[in-house]
Amino acid sequence: MADTESIADNGVNVAALIAAREALTDTPAAAQFKWRAACEWKNGTHSHSTVEGFYGLGQEQHHKKTFSFDADHPEHFASEDKGATPVEYVLVGLASCLTAGIAAVAQHRNIQLRSVTATLEGDMDLQGILGIDDDVRNGFGGIKVSYKIDADAKREDIEALVAQSQKRSAVYDIVTNPTNVTVVVD
Amino acid sequence: MSRCLCDRSIDHVVLERGEIAHSWRTERWDSLRLLTPNWQSRLPGFSYNGDDPDGYRPVAEVIELIASYARAISAPVQTHTTVTSVRSTETGYLVRTDQGDWLCRTVVVASGACNVAVVPGFASQAPRSIVQLTAQDYRNPEQLGGGRVLVVGASSSGVQIAHEIHRSGRPVVLSVGEHIRAPRVYRGKDLEWWMDAAGVLDDRYDEVDDIARARRVASLQLAGTPDRSTLDINALAEIGVTVVGRLGGIGENGKAQFSGSLRNMCALSDLKMGRLLDRIDEWAQRNGFDAGANPPHRLPPTRVAPAPPLGMDLASGEIKAIIWATGYRPDYSWLEVPVLDRKGRLQHDGGVVSSPGMYLMGTQFMRRRKSALIDGAGDDARDLSAHLASYLDSRDARKRP
Repeated sequence: MADTESIADNGVNVAALIAAREALTDTPAAAQFKWRAACEWKNGTHSHSTVEGFYGLGQEQHHKKTFSFDADHPEHFASEDKGATPVEYVLVGLASCLTAGIAAVAQHRNIQLRSVTATLEGDMDLQGILGIDDDVRNGFGGIKVSYKIDADAKREDIEALVAQSQKRSAVYDIVTNPTNVTVVVD
Repeated sequence: MSRCLCDRSIDHVVLERGEIAHSWRTERWDSLRLLTPNWQSRLPGFSYNGDDPDGYRPVAEVIELIASYARAISAPVQTHTTVTSVRSTETGYLVRTDQGDWLCRTVVVASGACNVAVVPGFASQAPRSIVQLTAQDYRNPEQLGGGRVLVVGASSSGVQIAHEIHRSGRPVVLSVGEHIRAPRVYRGKDLEWWMDAAGVLDDRYDEVDDIARARRVASLQLAGTPDRSTLDINALAEIGVTVVGRLGGIGENGKAQFSGSLRNMCALSDLKMGRLLDRIDEWAQRNGFDAGANPPHRLPPTRVAPAPPLGMDLASGEIKAIIWATGYRPDYSWLEVPVLDRKGRLQHDGGVVSSPGMYLMGTQFMRRRKSALIDGAGDDARDLSAHLASYLDSRDARKRP
């Protein structure tokens, strides 16, 4: 059992996060970020995307290295399956955002996590994207996220962690609320 | 159809639930004008000979047009007769009505494509204090009291209703999904003139790429504006209508969400309009009409605000009314013949229904792009009455010893 006096360590530097929050409260301009990705079509439904630079804290920033992602479709769609499908990347984005949030909130609430695993499932009726039935939407009909969390906390505190992480999740917001999208051809 | 059946001496009766032109008498808003010009409402044996060929008929004149045509051709109309069911028999069909039954060898379903206003299921989540009307129930802005109005849908009905309500002093928010922009007048002539002359309205159902899609296409954003002005998103934005994306849903908390796809919806519409005008220009050039018309031009792109609103709190009391201009569907609830697909659509090949001896009239792109227009009824009726006549002949031939 965890000693109530002990300090949880989930590998999240809460002090730094709180300092950043205070700094950005004083200088809202520095809080303006731009996240970026680049994508290049390879062949068929296969594309190669990279993530490297972003903008924030008033200047251009860089990841420590360039991350790359191959997206494709399974052989069932007569594709070559060279990567996850774009909609699976959406699930990955949602899972990793919520999970990071759980770790951060747990740290802040001094809850020691031992393991956190999530499984995600999105329902999709392909009659939408195939143009068979206009009443069927293209995107997910719904998304289910199931967490298994082992932590030094009561079940209701763990549930509160998961709830708070949804409240402050960027990807959860992107998926559940509309966003203006502008697509141009240069 | 009645006129074409008369021409072929085929005995028939026309059943009408109310008075002739019932839906025009009961399901239209007060200020509506036909969106095709007067000259274009041609019917077999009838064409316009008044002094305003380019004008647009108010509803009262549409009713008079249909009623006087029925008188002129002595159509055997039995009014105040509601069909309650149609089912197959060994020899044809049994048509039950509230005025007795009919046995017939053939049936023409001409009950209309716009019987029921389609409203999304989430409409019931809107706060009860908000007045909700469909484009079918709407008559005039006085129905609405004061305050802001959300108009959902930007096809022909939606843009006209939004325009009228906004001009009445009730600020309008217009939710825009897929729509088709169209200039009322192009190169000095009514767009309908060009579409008629260039054969666009005569495009056949068996010659277009994807007829299922063509039949689902929204109505052109045309209005019978007395000043022949174009009623598009730009015109509405100019008078102060707030333009937002497609209404995606209303939450239990009364929060409405609008899609972020408005920019693309407008881009798609501009591209579609461009393709139509390209076709018209090509036709004009090939057929020597360039000299008689103004030079080709394109409309400025639809302007979209940098960040259109994505949500609205319907519970705040700011919106007093919602008008659903979200489309219509036919009502075939009385049709007890297995001719509907799993989505409830009547299966037919250019108006020849899959059940022998049954025909359809007046639905979107049934045989031609103009099939749902008054002007489209003549050609379709000529084709289908010929099919119907040969069907009766072949049945009679089989019965002979």
